[in-house]
Amino acid sequence: MKVEAWILLSLGSFFGLTAAVYWFWGHENAGGVMIFAAMLLCFVPGSYYYWWSRRMRARPEDDPNATQAQGAGVVGAFPGTSIWPFTLGMGAFFVVLALVFGIWFLVPGLGLVVWALFGGTAEGRRGGTQ
Amino acid sequence: MELPALSPQGVSARTRRWRRVRRIVALPIAALALAGCTVPTFGAAPGATTSSRSVYHLWQGFSIGAAIIGTLVVVLILWAVIFYRRKSDRIPKQSQYHIPLELTYTIVPILIVLGLFAATIVVENKEVANPKTNVTINVNAFQWGWKFTYPGENVVVVGQTTQDPEIVMPVNENVHINLTSSDVVHGFYVHAFNFSRYALPGVLNQFTLRAVSTGTYDGQCTQLCGLYHSLMFFRVKVVSQSEYTTWLASNANASAAQAAQKATNQQTSSVVPTKTSKSEENN
Amino acid sequence: MTDVLDPPVAAEVHDPAHEEHHGPTGFLKWITTTDHKVIGMSYTVTAVIMMVIGGAFAEIIRVQLSAPNNSLVSFAQYNELFTMHGSVMIYLFAGPFAFGALANIIVPIQIGAPDMAFPRLNALSYWLYLTGSITVLSGFFVAGGAASFGWVAYAPLSNSINTPGAGADLWIGGLLLTGFSAIFTGVNLCATIFYLRAPGMTMFRMPIFTWNMLVTAILILLAFPVLTAGLIMLYCDRHFGTHIFSVPGGGVPVLWQHIFWFWGHPEVYILALPFFGMVTEIIPVFSRKPVFGYKGMVFATMTIGALSLGVWAHHMFTTGVVLLPFFSIMSLLIAVPTGIKMFNWIGTMWRGEIWFSTAMLMAIGFLFTFLVGGITGIYLASPPLDFFTHDTYFVVAHFHSIVMALVLGAMGGLYYWGPKMTGYLLNETIGKVQFWFLFIGTQVFTLPGYLLGLRGMPRRVPVYPLHPSWQFLNQLSTVGAIMIGISTVAFMVNIVYSWKKYPAGDNPWDGHTLEWFTTSPPPHHNFYRLPRIRSERPTWDYNHPDHAAAEHGHHDKNPVA
Repeated sequence: MKVEAWILLSLGSFFGLTAAVYWFWGHENAGGVMIFAAMLLCFVPGSYYYWWSRRMRARPEDDPNATQAQGAGVVGAFPGTSIWPFTLGMGAFFVVLALVFGIWFLVPGLGLVVWALFGGTAEGRRGGTQ
Repeated sequence: MELPALSPQGVSARTRRWRRVRRIVALPIAALALAGCTVPTFGAAPGATTSSRSVYHLWQGFSIGAAIIGTLVVVLILWAVIFYRRKSDRIPKQSQYHIPLELTYTIVPILIVLGLFAATIVVENKEVANPKTNVTINVNAFQWGWKFTYPGENVVVVGQTTQDPEIVMPVNENVHINLTSSDVVHGFYVHAFNFSRYALPGVLNQFTLRAVSTGTYDGQCTQLCGLYHSLMFFRVKVVSQSEYTTWLASNANASAAQAAQKATNQQTSSVVPTKTSKSEENN
Repeated sequence: MTDVLDPPVAAEVHDPAHEEHHGPTGFLKWITTTDHKVIGMSYTVTAVIMMVIGGAFAEIIRVQLSAPNNSLVSFAQYNELFTMHGSVMIYLFAGPFAFGALANIIVPIQIGAPDMAFPRLNALSYWLYLTGSITVLSGFFVAGGAASFGWVAYAPLSNSINTPGAGADLWIGGLLLTGFSAIFTGVNLCATIFYLRAPGMTMFRMPIFTWNMLVTAILILLAFPVLTAGLIMLYCDRHFGTHIFSVPGGGVPVLWQHIFWFWGHPEVYILALPFFGMVTEIIPVFSRKPVFGYKGMVFATMTIGALSLGVWAHHMFTTGVVLLPFFSIMSLLIAVPTGIKMFNWIGTMWRGEIWFSTAMLMAIGFLFTFLVGGITGIYLASPPLDFFTHDTYFVVAHFHSIVMALVLGAMGGLYYWGPKMTGYLLNETIGKVQFWFLFIGTQVFTLPGYLLGLRGMPRRVPVYPLHPSWQFLNQLSTVGAIMIGISTVAFMVNIVYSWKKYPAGDNPWDGHTLEWFTTSPPPHHNFYRLPRIRSERPTWDYNHPDHAAAEHGHHDKNPVA
């Protein structure tokens, strides 16, 4: 966890430095704001990882001497198959078509999106497959 | 401490290799010295303005560096490819780090880059400087043509697509250009000046050109600006100071109306919108 | 070496049934799968199809340019063609191929993970990518044709007055979809790499490809939201009457360039880093050595990632409204980590035992081509030289050297990992024919472009005036493009010819990393067993226990703690 934290924090610090130099040298708002935002985007997860890295034991993947047995146990929920990503993707597709061809595409588009969100959430709560 | 005696084997492989390296390095340096000041052009040309010449020299400098480093890398790759082909099932030594070497090829490139940056800054400052000028030309780009206005002189030149409007400017004189665009982004590019600059809507771009040789040079829009982008030509005619004065006098007053007339008559295509820009005739 | 292989503890996954045996099949399997390998294969096939489509556009463009006033296509069609060529290649081929196709398949296996962290999100990424691609390309079938404002869509050319029509809106909409697809893949890759590594796979034991994908994923997360925001602004300008980029309404056209390139330059590295990673996997394996300067390589990748966010305006030097020295030095500095990588690649080959398989040839071709593109990139980082060459064929040649190097890397990646993905090798002879056509074709195609640019030929022109040598150089370039086309045909022929002909086995190349430890193709959830991980080359360590990497050049030290 420490390395992850330091990667993000050091990237963020570099962007912060860049943002400062650019802001005071260039007097240009758009780029200054964007690179400042990039700094924040690195600092938010980076500081979270740092906070955790000081409070948790090293995970097996952070332990250079770990054996595979230490990784035993539930890794996570990996649904085998799921129709909801496809449904959500098609919904998003129709939403985009609504931007181009007409507002009525929103009806199937948002319908599919909402259906997929509910379906996917329900599937997730059941813990995997449908 | 005793130095090793000079025996055939005693001159270590390292020394012999070093001698070979010295010979290899010495050759191109000697060749360069013999060539004297005729540094190759590397595909570029000195151009017709003061800044185009310094850009050209910068180009040469970069190219020499590029040639040396490029050759070095190509030789190293070829060396590896030729001499380390797989000949057996042997597993080579699993070396992974060589800190001094790695530091060398980190620090040396940084120094090279700083050198290139210093050279860049020198040329750049020359190029973007705005020295005192006597001649000002307003260049306005539009879809798909150019309008050149000589403020205070009552001279306007307009041309669209294939009409190739001509900027006339005096030689050995700082010419201040005010570059604008009335619709989309265009690119003011004169190849012989080794220079280009965007014409941005809503932005006044200013720069100074100082032509050092007379002649007519081709220019063209380089930034995609729509259907007839590829036909947005113009020419730059650099003339002597006296010719310039004569040209100004003969084109004053009438020129604006004429140019507008010309643009309307010689429509190359009905799609090309006509921009007579009457409102700006009073400049 | 009794204890190297830990007892086979299959990572217990919350997976009630092994769907691969009695799950849906056929079309239903394709649309419901959440297996990163199946999704990755879908990505691969789609991206290669996109490459062929974009390549076909390129061939038409090159044939049009083979004569000064050719009339193969009209001006309007030409603008559509190069816009869609760039868009397809950048948005729909190179990026998705890198982080959707190969990374999706390889990264989880390389770190010993059972799948991506969010398998359903991964599937969603693919569907957004596929529908986005269809949306962008469908511009050709609407009135007014496809988008025609260049792949950079500079405002105000891209507004509703200068480019009316549905084609441009489809372009924006399609890129919104693929943009979200990329963001989701970035999230997924970050989470996978941070949370799903196998025990012992510390960060500094990850293969370089995975490292590069991590930095790529971070860059995606930093850059793509900016593009998405910019596209929404552009859409609002076109349809909702906002004036963000229009001068008459008080907007600032240059803002679009800032936003676009703030995404666009990291995007260059989002495209390049994965292929650097592929080459960094291929070269050590076929040289039978560990990657030279592993830590330097990681450092170089991180540095490239960090610097790439501060260089966007080197695309805007000629606007006259950006801070030249700042962007110049930042851009020049990127040459340093890139140079480190180049020397590390050479160092890896040095005193190795190089096996010239097709994958390795592609990687060496990458080195040469990338060298040309990299060095000319240094010129363009210098504002005066950029003023001189901006928007001429010099720039076109420069980035085509780079992207063709990436294509060489991509082909290397396919030849290298294809056996792992499918279980079958490709024919090496046809592969070598493909390599030589691709490599020579690339040089014949790009090198004349540099001269054309120096002689003043602007980019994005369907016709050009009769200058001495322009036509010849253009024709040379066209010949190169056709050779590249032939190489693509050779690739297709190879796939058909080698179809299920040469079973690969688990480890055809004597690979170093974990993907070569499992079967080809890997089982559902990737591993039946895992070796003990004590370096960045667990499979090599397992197969060659006496040849662990030497810590320093001269004295061997056992890296096993």
